[in-house]
Amino acid sequence: MDLVAFLETLWLARIPILKGIGVTVSISVLAILVGTVLGVGVGLALTYGAKPLRWLVRGYTDFIRGTPVLVLVLASYYVLGTIGIDLGPFQAGVLALAVFCSSHVGEIVRGALQSIPKGQTEAAKAIGLTFPQTFAYVLGPQALRQVLPAWVNTAAEMVKASTLLSIIGVAELLLRTQELISRTFMSLEFYFFAGFLYFAVNYGIERFGRYVERKTSIPS
Amino acid sequence: MTGNLLEIRDLHKRYGDVEVLKGVDCTMAQGDVISIIGSSGSGKTTMLRCINMLEEFQGGSIRIDGEEIGYETSGGTRRRKKEKEIARQRAMTGMAFQQFNLFPHMSAAENVMLGLVKVKGMRRDEARALAEKWLDRVGLAERRDRYPGQLSGGQQQRVAIARAIAMNPKLMLFDEVTSALDPELVNEVLQVIKDLARDGMSMLLVTHEMRFAYEVSSRVIFMNQGRIGEEGNPREMFHKPQTERLAEFLKTSTFN
Repeated sequence: MDLVAFLETLWLARIPILKGIGVTVSISVLAILVGTVLGVGVGLALTYGAKPLRWLVRGYTDFIRGTPVLVLVLASYYVLGTIGIDLGPFQAGVLALAVFCSSHVGEIVRGALQSIPKGQTEAAKAIGLTFPQTFAYVLGPQALRQVLPAWVNTAAEMVKASTLLSIIGVAELLLRTQELISRTFMSLEFYFFAGFLYFAVNYGIERFGRYVERKTSIPS
Repeated sequence: MTGNLLEIRDLHKRYGDVEVLKGVDCTMAQGDVISIIGSSGSGKTTMLRCINMLEEFQGGSIRIDGEEIGYETSGGTRRRKKEKEIARQRAMTGMAFQQFNLFPHMSAAENVMLGLVKVKGMRRDEARALAEKWLDRVGLAERRDRYPGQLSGGQQQRVAIARAIAMNPKLMLFDEVTSALDPELVNEVLQVIKDLARDGMSMLLVTHEMRFAYEVSSRVIFMNQGRIGEEGNPREMFHKPQTERLAEFLKTSTFN
């Protein structure tokens, strides 16, 4: 391959590529944020919810987790329109990813909360803490530390899943790359380059996760 | 009011179909140190845990300083008190657990401070000073900034006792606090409890340490199959058991 020709083309295409990265990062950040907020709610409902609520939320997570993300993306874009909820491709895509993310984060949060020994709650009760206080000062901080590694994984999965939005025409990094390739026929070079960019974003997320983990680790 | 610190009347507790407490009565005055002994499954820990509502109970009543714990009866129906009210009542007692249950993400001092700040509404610096005073009392002044994972079992249990005592409870509940400890760490914890007893702290202890129960208690209660089998002062209980069950139990337990 001709490195000079590739770099020249890359320079000429820098604006669409940067835009693509911008869209990919926006999709991921929004999906992760919304998905995490929803997911914490899902996790709390699964752990502490009254039975009917728990069953309902359990049904939701099992259904979402058993569905391919691509199907969620397509459904969110094409099906919601038929029932009067008309979303643009970007919004529909983010919604689908956020829903997917929430079911995974929900399971992670539930697992973390349930892994905390019962004695912790009892000790908190014994000194007179109410349940909200127990959650805020005793259970939450311990669960957070447990959640972190799995949450970083999920966040990286969301970045990768954002490529699926190219199917419904969201001009994220993969779609921009494909457009570029169809003009320049440099498929190997640009797919490799796109792959490298995804890796860089996810590597950054992973490093950040490690950093937070180190900062919050409990001395022993 | 009778003036009793603790008054348990006809306490009944069921897990499903299994009745674990079949009508327990017990009164305790200010400054009493009562040990509850008995074989496992006799209901001694359950009884202790009813007093601070870690267990629900279906019949009878528990009063601390005349105040009914956990339930209220109006118009013939018995209702569980509101969570907030129960939380307030729980702070009337302090409890130390078999498994210590320190909060692993907080230092020793922070463990003691949490209740002081969040339940008693103390300022942080006041709470810090009080926490340090109590950690000093249990011999851990220089470990106050260590985390539970950095402390031995005996040290963790002493922090846990300081955490409970610092809240200034009317009554301390000790639930087999030495059972999870290596033998060489048992004494440092028992010594702390003895010191508290000497200071006049009212306490109720579930224990398997017969020698300790003998030395520290003003009264001993022998639980047998969900009922109080026998009770009295430790000397009579241990030397002249009145019931066959207690005589048998004492024979099988280590008293050294």
